[in-house]
Amino acid sequence: MNTAPQSSPGAGLASSAPAVREARSQRAAFRRTAATPRLYLFAALCVAIMAVMLFPIVMSLLASLKTSAEASAVPPHYFPSALSFENYVRVFHYQAGLPTYLFNSLAVAFLTIALCLLLAVPAGYGLACFPVPAKEAIFLVLLLSLMAPYQALLTPLHRLFTTLGLANTYLGLAIVHTVLQLPFSVYLMRNSFEAVPKELAEAAVMDGAKSFQALWWIFLPASLPSIVTLTLFAFIASWNEFIAALIFMNRETGFTMPVMLVGVRQGHFGAVDWGAVQAGVIISILPCLLIYLLLQKYYVSGFLNGAIK
Amino acid sequence: MIAMRRGAVGLLYAAPALVFVAVFVIYPMLDLIRMSLTNASLLGGGEFIGLKNYVKAAGDATFWGSLAFTARYTLFITPILIGAGFLLALLAVAPPRIARLTRTIVFMPVIIGLGSSSLLWVWLFDEQVGLINKLLQDLGLIAQPMVWFADATLGLWAVIASIVWKVVGYGMILLVAGIQSVGADIYEAAMLDGAGYWQRVVRITLPLTLRTIALTTLVSAIGSMLAFDQFYIMTAGGPKSETFTSVYWIYQNSFIYFKQGYGATLSLLLMAIIFIASTAQLLLMRRGAPT
Repeated sequence: MNTAPQSSPGAGLASSAPAVREARSQRAAFRRTAATPRLYLFAALCVAIMAVMLFPIVMSLLASLKTSAEASAVPPHYFPSALSFENYVRVFHYQAGLPTYLFNSLAVAFLTIALCLLLAVPAGYGLACFPVPAKEAIFLVLLLSLMAPYQALLTPLHRLFTTLGLANTYLGLAIVHTVLQLPFSVYLMRNSFEAVPKELAEAAVMDGAKSFQALWWIFLPASLPSIVTLTLFAFIASWNEFIAALIFMNRETGFTMPVMLVGVRQGHFGAVDWGAVQAGVIISILPCLLIYLLLQKYYVSGFLNGAIK
Repeated sequence: MIAMRRGAVGLLYAAPALVFVAVFVIYPMLDLIRMSLTNASLLGGGEFIGLKNYVKAAGDATFWGSLAFTARYTLFITPILIGAGFLLALLAVAPPRIARLTRTIVFMPVIIGLGSSSLLWVWLFDEQVGLINKLLQDLGLIAQPMVWFADATLGLWAVIASIVWKVVGYGMILLVAGIQSVGADIYEAAMLDGAGYWQRVVRITLPLTLRTIALTTLVSAIGSMLAFDQFYIMTAGGPKSETFTSVYWIYQNSFIYFKQGYGATLSLLLMAIIFIASTAQLLLMRRGAPT
């Protein structure tokens, strides 16, 4: 596990200068060898695949911009005849109001990120840089929730949280999300700290209080990309998580975004307000899409580096 | 002496995470075993009742039905995900720029929430306002709108379609990395020997990415065995409880019927199954670099 390659794990996506040059020469070679009709065929195939993948999101976006009458028209139309934001307005005023639900989701996500960082960074450091006795056994214990899926632990966790007064609290749900995310985080940080060049590490004498300085001044700056990846993954896992949020936040004002959206869909008296549901879907996927498009490098390298979740 | 002290320092760094796992993973696991032997309920109770829950589980047709349904779902969807993921990876590693764009787009749904994507797809499949029916009618494939979720098999395939859309990019991206790690010289040698494209795929790419394929298969299969969100939102277990997955049935018992002791028993049985699969996954990962 420790031999996982550290060098540019997202080689295909993160672009360094030689990689770009190589890709360019590959493209030229491809153009020379591939007959032009085949190249067009290839491009057509790519376009078809992209169209299929984009169809649901684009249609959801378009539906969210219809008037509510048009959004529930039978049979449906593909395109809105007039743009309208009334669906967004209705989602905004749903029950306790969208700001409450957004705040709940963000609060839980930030607590999850904080817990993952506070636990996984020192743990990864300890395992990577110190001759800890029974190191691999400890590592496996930290990966335990991979083998005991959190879905199976929800019943006893619910009992524990009731005892500890953590039911219906942001911290409680964040703890469940940390259980879910900790194995990946520890795995990532250990690998990352192990990849810090030995000369750098040896420059700092590591014992006692000085080891913390080495962590702060040498190891953390050298592992910044992994910290970003850890943070992104913790955010997305928490933001999207559904079943624990459904069970542990059972007060209407405590709902996170996905649970609130299911409530929107249940609607009033059996009539589903599909326009409002799609507006909610768009709002809830927007942060994920932004993170992906802006920070794709970190996100994809996380997947390749610790593809355990 | 120094090594011992440094070991202790390292242990100190790992301590917070170890305490966290002890309290929120190991203790609940032990409590799960204890609860499974009681009639604990959200309404009270909690007396020791021996193996009664296990006897009840053995005769619980809905539980075994849910396990069989989850297995069926897993058996259907895993080959589709891996097969499509592999073909998409072959396409996405090609040199033209449009291939990279395709890779970005195909991977996009992986990061959006399963809850959101399920709400999106249950709308697309809606028998009245859904665009899937409209599309199929416009293409002349069906004459009348279909009622997708009134039938367990149709409902299952609707869910499978949504999940393939949602996660096919995951397998693709891992396999792209796997294919890229195969040395270009091997392909060049094969090309000089006159091997055609598909021959190279079958003789070189496939065998050399076998470990990545195995890993991706396991991760996908474990995820599918734990399916909940998509069925809770899209089929609600219906019709006639035919589309309850294991996790869904556990949720139903523990938190809707309040039978926590019994829910714990079912959780343990599910955990035993997952344990076997994830041990295999860890063993595969320990063998080193992702190829």
